[in-house]
Amino acid sequence: MTEAVTEATKSGDVHLLEVESLVKEFGLRRGLAERIARKEVAPHRAVDDVSFTLDRSEILGIAGGSGSGKTTLARCLIRLIEPDGGSVRVDGIDIRAHKGAELRELRRRMQMVFQDPYASLNPRMTIGAALHEAGKVHNRPGSDNEQAFVSRLLGLVQLTDRIAPRKPRELSGGQRQRVSIARALAVDPELIIADEAVSALDVSVQAQLLNLFLDLREELGVAILFISHQLAVIAEVADRIAVMQKGRIVEAGATQEVFAHPKDEYTQALLRAHPHPDPRMRFVS
Amino acid sequence: MSLLEIESLRIEFPGEEDEQLVAVKGVDLAVEQGEVVGLVGESGSGKSLTCRAVMRMVPEPGAISAGQVRFDGEDVLALGTSKLRDFRAHSVGMIYQNPFGSLNPTMRVGSQIAETLKVNKGMKRDAAKKEALALLDRVGIEDPEHRYRAYPHELSGGMCQRVMIAISTASSPRLMLADEPTTALDVTTQAQILKLLAKMRAEEGMAMLLVSHDFGVVAQACDRVAVMYGGHIVETGPAETIYHEPEHPYTRALLNSVPELDSAGNVQRRAALAGHPPELAEVIPGCVFAPRCEHAKQDCAEVAMKLEPVGPDHASACPVRPYANAGARSVDKGQRVEA
Repeated sequence: MTEAVTEATKSGDVHLLEVESLVKEFGLRRGLAERIARKEVAPHRAVDDVSFTLDRSEILGIAGGSGSGKTTLARCLIRLIEPDGGSVRVDGIDIRAHKGAELRELRRRMQMVFQDPYASLNPRMTIGAALHEAGKVHNRPGSDNEQAFVSRLLGLVQLTDRIAPRKPRELSGGQRQRVSIARALAVDPELIIADEAVSALDVSVQAQLLNLFLDLREELGVAILFISHQLAVIAEVADRIAVMQKGRIVEAGATQEVFAHPKDEYTQALLRAHPHPDPRMRFVS
Repeated sequence: MSLLEIESLRIEFPGEEDEQLVAVKGVDLAVEQGEVVGLVGESGSGKSLTCRAVMRMVPEPGAISAGQVRFDGEDVLALGTSKLRDFRAHSVGMIYQNPFGSLNPTMRVGSQIAETLKVNKGMKRDAAKKEALALLDRVGIEDPEHRYRAYPHELSGGMCQRVMIAISTASSPRLMLADEPTTALDVTTQAQILKLLAKMRAEEGMAMLLVSHDFGVVAQACDRVAVMYGGHIVETGPAETIYHEPEHPYTRALLNSVPELDSAGNVQRRAALAGHPPELAEVIPGCVFAPRCEHAKQDCAEVAMKLEPVGPDHASACPVRPYANAGARSVDKGQRVEA
């Protein structure tokens, strides 16, 4: 790989991920009235001056309602969407300053897991082939031996080798999401960005997947950016939380601290609206 | 006599070749006047189908193959076309998960409410409009005059759901069927809709059958809860009893999987239930939950799924009863469990 990248990796005491004043604006279409008046329409700031850091083996939860900018933020981090301002540094290397092979290497270190595993897996490829391909593209050690490579990955996500010859449609939702996680792990990432990765799953399967994320953090030391609209899900796994509203982080801190003493009005509203499964804790009288 | 009585309801879908896939396998459920009953379960448990069967709206090619549905003593399954239409129009209301999908995108929302009133109550145009405005106001939509003229796409999901509630309560039904009414909404909007449903219930004395996968939503709204798994009701009882003293191993395991805010700062693994809910084509002899149950015994593959009373207004379909007299449930955390 490129030397600049490997060198910077070795420098100590930097955060794994440093995001500073990140901005993403989406231009809005001008309506007829604006076009006649030749007026510009102010762009919508989907991500507005967002800064945070994430360390190795840390799980940071990003919470917020729909349209708060959680997903746009995640996509900006690996430049699936090009940010308009600010910086994203991985191990001190600015991802916005690189392209080509260097960018590819940076992206290898940050992998995404999406909400719908069915859409993120090729329906015509067997699970084994999909996992192996990911490793081969990035030339990962061990990827020349397909069977051993696939078997190790399936083991990491607690699936049996019998899954390898199957196609995505033959698996249950939970198994498919495990495979997407295995595919992310195939390239030895240091950071996993999980965008609503457990939201579409049944609660019993959701609990299994949350346990899996905790296992992976422990066994591989991988950091996780855990995006969810469900505060309770974040409470289960995250060390720290950042609450987003209208593109901004309105409150951030240790999960326990933020939940016990929310300072921002929006965080308070979110917590108040959380339906507790105990009927004795109703907010509806 | 209960307002709604479902007895031995069975819903089947044609499978490959001559085989029938059974999605609902003999459900018994009753809803009293003014009572809110929650039907909770994971995907594929048959909860939505059970709810739709009340209106005889099981999606094709599925069909009710056995059982009874009685509303106020009348056999719903035997109603003729015009009687069925009357029943759907006046006796029950229904709201779904996706409010955009239930509204006509080419009609102003006010006209959609007014249309319901004209057709179902035979109101004249002006009276219908006046009543529609009153309904919009009642479901908490600000500036009803203005919103009356809005199209569904101009409203938020929460507002559209309010419009749906206005439409479905327009003829003051005695029973509301709510199928995941807040699942597609933000948590703050969800809270508002739950409060609105509680208000409607208090004002109208309307009974409700609420289908949800979310124990939180069920706990907020329901007096009684029925837990479904693999096409069967496995446990039913008062909402508090179900949460604090669940009898059936599935209910217990499911509740232990529910993420809770109280876990903040105490990041630990939950004793998660292994495996996944059964697929429609899977035929499991005896107790449907036995393959995932840690308390399963050999005869569990032979027992019939039958709710037996285990306490006041509390019934469970587990003959093993591993938690009988175990008292309040404690959340099982900190254990490493292999999936």
